[in-house]
Amino acid sequence: MWRKLFSNVNQYKKYAILAPLFVVLEVVCEVLIPKIMTYIIDDGVAKGNINAVLINGGIMVILAGLSLLLGLLSARFAAVASMGFGANLRENMFNKVQNFSFKNVDKFSTGSLITRFTTDVSFVQQAFMMSIRIAFRAPVMLILSIVMIFTINIKIAIAFVVLVPLVWGLMIFAMKFVVPLFEKLFKKFDALNTKVQENLTGIRVVKTFVRENHESASFRKASLDLQDAQIKAEKLLVYANPLMNFVTYAITITVVWIGGIQIMQATMSAGDISGIIAYIGQLLMALVMVAMVFVNLFMSRASARRISEIIDETPDISDKDADPSVKVEDSNIIFDKVSFKYKEAAENPVLSDISFEVKKGEVLGIVGGTGSGKSSLVQLIPRLYDASQGNVLVGGRNVKEFKIETLREAVGMVLQNNTLFSGTIEENLRWGNPNATQEELEEACKIASAHDFIVSFPNGYKSDISQGGVNVSGGQKQRICIARALLKKPKVLILDDSTSAVDSATEAEIREGIKASMKETTLIVIAQRIASVIDADKIIVLDDGKINGIGTHKELLQNNNIYKEIYNSQLGGVR
Amino acid sequence: MAKIIRTPSRGGKPMAKLDFKESLSVFKRLFKELGSFRIRVIIVFISIVLHSVSYAVGTMYLKEILTFIFENAANGVVDFKGLAEMMAWFIFIDVIGILTITVASRMTLTIAASMLCQLRVKMFDHMQKLPISYFDRNIHGEIMSRYTNDTDAIRELLSNGFRELINGAVTVLSVFVSMLILSPILTLIVIGNLILMGFLVVIVTGKTGKYFLGIQKQTADVNGYVEEYIAGQKVVKVFCHENVVVKGFGKKNDELRIIGTKGSTYAQILMPLLGNLSYLNYAIVAIGGSSLIALGKMGSMAAGIATLVMFLQLARQIGRPVAMISQQFNAVMMALAGAKRVFDMMDEPVEVDDGYVTLVNIQRDENGEIRECDCRTGSWAWKHPHKDGSLTYKELKGDIQFEDVSFQYVKDKKVLKNVDLYAKPGQQIAFVGATGAGKTTITNLINRFYDIPDGKIRYDGININKIKKADLRRSLAMVLQDTHLFTGTVMDNIRYGKLDATDEEVMKAAEVANATSFISHLPEGFNTMLTSDGANLSQGQRQLISIARAAVADPPVLILDEATSSIDTRTEAAIQKGLAQLMKGKTVFIIAHRLSTVRNADAILVLQDGEIIERGDHDKLMLLRGKYYQLYNGLFSWE
Repeated sequence: MWRKLFSNVNQYKKYAILAPLFVVLEVVCEVLIPKIMTYIIDDGVAKGNINAVLINGGIMVILAGLSLLLGLLSARFAAVASMGFGANLRENMFNKVQNFSFKNVDKFSTGSLITRFTTDVSFVQQAFMMSIRIAFRAPVMLILSIVMIFTINIKIAIAFVVLVPLVWGLMIFAMKFVVPLFEKLFKKFDALNTKVQENLTGIRVVKTFVRENHESASFRKASLDLQDAQIKAEKLLVYANPLMNFVTYAITITVVWIGGIQIMQATMSAGDISGIIAYIGQLLMALVMVAMVFVNLFMSRASARRISEIIDETPDISDKDADPSVKVEDSNIIFDKVSFKYKEAAENPVLSDISFEVKKGEVLGIVGGTGSGKSSLVQLIPRLYDASQGNVLVGGRNVKEFKIETLREAVGMVLQNNTLFSGTIEENLRWGNPNATQEELEEACKIASAHDFIVSFPNGYKSDISQGGVNVSGGQKQRICIARALLKKPKVLILDDSTSAVDSATEAEIREGIKASMKETTLIVIAQRIASVIDADKIIVLDDGKINGIGTHKELLQNNNIYKEIYNSQLGGVR
Repeated sequence: MAKIIRTPSRGGKPMAKLDFKESLSVFKRLFKELGSFRIRVIIVFISIVLHSVSYAVGTMYLKEILTFIFENAANGVVDFKGLAEMMAWFIFIDVIGILTITVASRMTLTIAASMLCQLRVKMFDHMQKLPISYFDRNIHGEIMSRYTNDTDAIRELLSNGFRELINGAVTVLSVFVSMLILSPILTLIVIGNLILMGFLVVIVTGKTGKYFLGIQKQTADVNGYVEEYIAGQKVVKVFCHENVVVKGFGKKNDELRIIGTKGSTYAQILMPLLGNLSYLNYAIVAIGGSSLIALGKMGSMAAGIATLVMFLQLARQIGRPVAMISQQFNAVMMALAGAKRVFDMMDEPVEVDDGYVTLVNIQRDENGEIRECDCRTGSWAWKHPHKDGSLTYKELKGDIQFEDVSFQYVKDKKVLKNVDLYAKPGQQIAFVGATGAGKTTITNLINRFYDIPDGKIRYDGININKIKKADLRRSLAMVLQDTHLFTGTVMDNIRYGKLDATDEEVMKAAEVANATSFISHLPEGFNTMLTSDGANLSQGQRQLISIARAAVADPPVLILDEATSSIDTRTEAAIQKGLAQLMKGKTVFIIAHRLSTVRNADAILVLQDGEIIERGDHDKLMLLRGKYYQLYNGLFSWE
């Protein structure tokens, strides 16, 4: 998983290679320094040779300077590589998400997608940074310092060769125990946070039902659970500190004892012991760093998995085999025994055995209760989803024969939960047609009954829409969205409950306007209000994913019970 | 090693720095919060000091041992016994060091974990008592971050910060003293180097900080973009705008990369800079020291060498605690800022509740007199103690009266203006009006989410300010526009309305709300777990659960705030029957967008800008040919 993710480094690969290379060179310099030190003491100080002191001292300064330079460069390279890596990750994820079909998007919730872009990327980026620096630094330092100890004193070196794996083994053993405990701890953390979150969003519910004490009690339980989990998980880890202390002391005692005797026996020099003591320092530091890398990689494992999930997801709607020269010639629509499920495994289909035809320029109304499948049905037309069974035909051709872009250019759709993006009203409108003239913009807005309120804004068409379009009212937003779709001059226009916040008089005007200006366009209207579909050429009554009735308003009122019920529940509609 | 990943929180403000006086008072408060742990904290403190001292003493003693060895070597003597004796002392010192740190570490864990648990519980308990207006004023993400980022910063301080700070301080102090004793001249060289180091560190961290702010801003920008376009993903697809959006993202993403690389470079060079400067320091000390020895300025050759070896060790060591202290200092400041935010919340004034009228179960005795009863009788009364010591009971009926009520959330922006209204027991009162006309506000005043400055609200003839809030709210049930479900089963969520309801009662309530059919379609029926606010249910289904919740509570007054707005008219018509049963004999306030919902109400109040402009039943209002009439005929829309 890591390897695959790390391949996202791409154009920064050069830096990702240079960084560890320089780190290794830096470590070499660092490891050589104490060795030079032993020369200073033994050849220079002990023999009273000032020249030797100065020469070796000079070498040491040069080495330290070189190591500083290498260190700085490797830091720089690592920064470039890891930031580039992070940027690539985000970019690749974003591209991927843009290629997702609706089905793919549904699989990940918006909230979870956003976390993946933020927290997860930054964890993985940090893990990458560690991998190209510390993951190289620590082992190289560990090995080289043991090698250097070998060159000074074999006996002591052997003691280390035994000791280091022992300490390491101990660490890994402890980790085996601790890791699952930590996983548990994180879960408790999540549970606690969820509790707080729920109480924040649902505070009014808590207060109306006077459940403050009930909630406090359950929070106390979650908090105590967390406390126990924390103590359990960290209990072993708190001994890491004393253990490190113990190891340091044990090593020092061993070295001083063996070294001391050897010095007294004149088989070892004073410089040697200073060298060894210095190498011990480096060695211990390296050990701690290795542990750090492990912990970090472990901690970001879940993040890496979540990112991989996105990058590895295959968009499930593809137009690879479609012929780009195939155009949408005509705007009649045929559904032929169409069934649809959101998930393969789902037991009940959302739509089953849907067949109907709408001719060019006709108006089709669709009514039905919540969850009856109205939105699902129309989303099959621009291939936002693919039918599970049966065929959807536009202009006489199966929708799968078109390039997706060709198809969606021809099919305009105003979604139920529509979105405006931050930017001016004009910029938002231009989504429909980037090259539209001011006249075209205004014409579309006039049809959508949006022109009047837009020009009443201080900046008119240049007025800013804030994120999510919160500074315009629901009805205004819907009308801008309709204008945006009109600008596409689509062959098929689908309005999915997109005038619910507009009063019925205005709504009727909009409908009239669309019909008058786009005679060739097939119009499909999903509505809650019977009044919205009353004049349609054909009305489909959907119930539980099946066509319950099809006909004109008059026909349905006579022979369709559900339609009658809906009609009556709305008090006979608007007179 | 055991660093817990900081829980990300969006919307949390960057922490403000505290000045010295604030820091001190927060620190004192934190110590006070330690409460029963205080003795243990002192033990930990002593242990850490002992540990640090033993470390310093050990290092000094090691120098004695080395001198002993070198002198013996120079004299050609091999003194095992002497060495062993000295080593024994050294081991003794080490054991003290290890024992003290073990005690300190283990105790710290318990203290930190328990203290944080206490703090969280205290914070949560307090939060539950805060008035609704607090939650209006503060962004949820920000309150949330007190439970995550802020408590985590405190945890870090308790479990690592203090220890490392004390440790670092004692180490630096003892190393300095040791160095001074060993060689004042060499110490001067070290101090010179340290000043240089400190200077560089200040420059680098300054740069890092500067870029960090930029990175934060740019990150927020990228996240905002991702949020916006992922939320609007479906629209992007419908308009085939993928390429444009990707391009826009690429630009912002690259800006983040560039500033991120700059910032990260400075952050990354700090460690190699410090590390290698300490080597330079080492080299310079070595050259200086060796020269001094060679010149005979450091006593005998053996003593000189031993001194230099030790000194070099110390010189290398001094860098680490200095870096540690500066790092920890930052962490301490962050923790204190976090603690302050936690304390700020705990100091928020709680909801005022000086009501003394309570709600009790009653029974009527053979004379028809009201008797208080401990059991659930299904009938309730207000228990009203009077100033003269007498006690009256008034049966709970659900009679509500507004007398000249005005209200404002923010100064000079009146939401309600001199509203008069009454609802007799069993009546249905509906509110109609544009968003912001004050419909929801009226219901928020009845249950005292907010208190009114002017006017009076009476409940069964009692001023609601005299009624204990908990009892007042228990007598009403609300079905809100935004349904909130809690993690738990469907059963648990409905039972929220009445905690001791039996399974049968819950199921009956679900039946009333017409929710049984969709619940039985869920994978595990009533035992299906709901997570993340019932994300797997549709808005309409959530509303049904919320209606069932009110049904199981079954109080005399019911408030339906757009309770059926997400349910289609046909389903709504179907649950109307259930609702009618639920509403029977109850006083009901209905707020609805859809006029079909309110048509049957006993009185419809049309609100505009905080004033009641029309009132009457459907037929009367239609005859009036006013706003309601226009609205009803689609000639006019609030939008």
